[in-house]
Amino acid sequence: MDAILLQILNGLDKGGAYALIALGLTLVFGTLGVVNFAHGALFMLGAFCAVTLQQLLTISKRVKDESITFFDAYKETPYLEIWFGDTGKTIIDFSVPLSILLAIPVMLLIGFVMERGLIRFFYKRPHAEQILVTFGLAIVLQEVIKAQFGANPVPQAAPDFVAGSADIGLWFGLGEGLVYPWWRLIYLGFAAVVITLVFSFLQFTTYGMVVRAGMQDRETVGLLGINIQRRFTVVFGIAAVVAGLAGVMYTPILPPDYHMGMDFLVLSFVVVVVGGMGSLPGAVAAGFLLGILQSFSSMNEIKSLIPGIDQIILYLVAVVILLVRPRGLLGRRGVME
Amino acid sequence: MDFSDSKLTRRSVLKGATALAGTAAAASPAFFIKNAWAAGQFRNDPGNAKSVTIGFNVPQTGAYADEGADELRAYKLAVQHINGEGDGGLLNTMKPLSLKGNGILGKKLEYVTGDTQTKSDAARASAKRMIEKDGVVMFSGGSSSGVAIAQQSLAQEMGVIFMCGLTHSNDTTGKDKRRYGFRHFFNAYMSGAALGPVLEKEMGKERRAYHLTADYTWGWTQEESIKNTTEKLGWQTVNAVKTPLGAGDFSQYITPVLNSGADVLILNHYGKDMINSLTQAVQFGLRDKQVNGKNFEIVVPLFSRLMAQGAGDNIKGILGSTNWNWSLQDEGSKAFVKSFGAAYGFPPSQAAHTCYVQTVLYANAVEMAGTFFPPEVIKSLEGFEFDGMGNGPTEYRAADHQCFKNVLVVRGKQNPSSQFDLLEVVQEVPRSQVEYDPKIFGGELGPYQA
Repeated sequence: MDAILLQILNGLDKGGAYALIALGLTLVFGTLGVVNFAHGALFMLGAFCAVTLQQLLTISKRVKDESITFFDAYKETPYLEIWFGDTGKTIIDFSVPLSILLAIPVMLLIGFVMERGLIRFFYKRPHAEQILVTFGLAIVLQEVIKAQFGANPVPQAAPDFVAGSADIGLWFGLGEGLVYPWWRLIYLGFAAVVITLVFSFLQFTTYGMVVRAGMQDRETVGLLGINIQRRFTVVFGIAAVVAGLAGVMYTPILPPDYHMGMDFLVLSFVVVVVGGMGSLPGAVAAGFLLGILQSFSSMNEIKSLIPGIDQIILYLVAVVILLVRPRGLLGRRGVME
Repeated sequence: MDFSDSKLTRRSVLKGATALAGTAAAASPAFFIKNAWAAGQFRNDPGNAKSVTIGFNVPQTGAYADEGADELRAYKLAVQHINGEGDGGLLNTMKPLSLKGNGILGKKLEYVTGDTQTKSDAARASAKRMIEKDGVVMFSGGSSSGVAIAQQSLAQEMGVIFMCGLTHSNDTTGKDKRRYGFRHFFNAYMSGAALGPVLEKEMGKERRAYHLTADYTWGWTQEESIKNTTEKLGWQTVNAVKTPLGAGDFSQYITPVLNSGADVLILNHYGKDMINSLTQAVQFGLRDKQVNGKNFEIVVPLFSRLMAQGAGDNIKGILGSTNWNWSLQDEGSKAFVKSFGAAYGFPPSQAAHTCYVQTVLYANAVEMAGTFFPPEVIKSLEGFEFDGMGNGPTEYRAADHQCFKNVLVVRGKQNPSSQFDLLEVVQEVPRSQVEYDPKIFGGELGPYQA
């Protein structure tokens, strides 16, 4: 029972990340009709917003280690700690949550620049060309990050008070000793909040209603005198922010490196295809579903029955879904068919 | 002049000519004969050229790009020192040394570089280009055992020596060993043998271990070696689970550890996988856990300082093993750290060290053989004993082309004095403790003539 509960939580956690990335992907596809292979790079750029803020907050006074004579080795003390003592330490400790404040404007800007500067020229072009150009953009972005931050992962710590694990066994009446990391629970909650916010924006605001109308029939909305293109640009920015925030909050779980976007991109496309191209609820549902399936297939009991199932489960599900329901779980008729 | 009375007969002329030829042959320098015998007989024979080229095939892109960059720095430094430039580095401390600081056999050493991308097919393509287009007499590089084994096979097929960089799988000098491949780096068996007594001392004889293992040649052999060692100590192996390479999130593999009854987690992961699995294992509270009345422990059998940086504070207190560390105080290590530090402003990694040493060892072997003819160079390296290269007295064992030397057991440092001071040496395990019979891993070296 304990193991099942833990794997459900793992799956939901993973699913949270998949869902956030897939949500942005499908939002861009649904509005602009663009298959954006650079979306994983936006997740990675978000994570590096956290790295950048951490590096800014920890600009340090360097005291040379005199015992080393062959090269310069330093003991570093951040200026924030020197100037503000414990308050400075606390600010550094909270660098990941604080990065959200940095990531929102930065990712919005990156989204606008990407859409206006490059992607809008490819709206009318075939999907194959869109894929090529966005994939190329993703490679350029990751190489820029590698040149600046190196190829090795850069560790990011969650704030101290949530660095440990929660005794979830007590919450569920399963006794002591059943633990789950606080930060992963926070990530799950965060993913739920962001997904709710995006859906609320699209469902309950006039702006969102117009965007949804544009997704259904862009020309008619345009004929009504609405500049639907501008709204779609904003939607692209929102998708970039969602992916970026997913990246920021994921850094304490997975020390970020330049390639993390690519690792998630393939999985997220599988999620989008399983959920149904252009379907927002489909993307979210498939994200959580595949996350949970991936977790359960990694259990030793399952692996002993079908060795290697954990490595192929996502693709197996995708094949089965595409065979029995080509438009995905909640896909609309006529999209990419 | 009447020749009929002369002593100069046909027979005497032939005798004299034979004797003269014999004397000349005996008086000639050895290299003259060897060169005369081997000239044009082997691939990429530099002949009378004034320079000779070697190839450095390292990961310049991909997850190991930082390690590859460090290896390349070391290779360049080795080339400088072999050509008599710079401060000479380890050429000042290596014993016995045949190199004269004027290149190899008087030929200036030049190099070309390639990118393995840490992929076997890309590495082979790059190595083939070096051999066929650039005419390299030797190539070297590392950071993955799968890639090293693939290149070693190519070396045997093409008749060009491959000096392995960082590769830790037993298979490299075990079942997949090749006559044209040589490894200075230690291997998984040695890690196990070195760690065993330290694990026993620090954790006792009654432990239950759970392995998470990278699913490829290196992970498999490391798991096997560590299991053999710990089971001999009396430890039980609760489970050994293979994880896909580059899994990213290991949570689904770590949660079963929590209730498995295990009290030690052994991470047979390297690079990014190690950073991620260790970080996540710590987040799941494993290090704060008490099982079977003992503190839960995590062991990372293969450590690297470059990787330790990526794991941040999570590495503190974790036991592992390493081939070399810049903090060693022997003359060879100090000389290398000094040269490298002066050139680049930071200390070298263990990957850099092994790559530098391999280049110097190859050059020295050619100088000893007096020829670039690979079978002769191979014979010079086989059984070669040397010292002063940072690992104490070392031998290139002829039977499997594996170097035998001391192994370091290290621990993530609790209070680093600088950004580079991440590992403390717990014990320098003597060579005798990590030696083994080459037959245990099987494999055949193959012929000298490719």
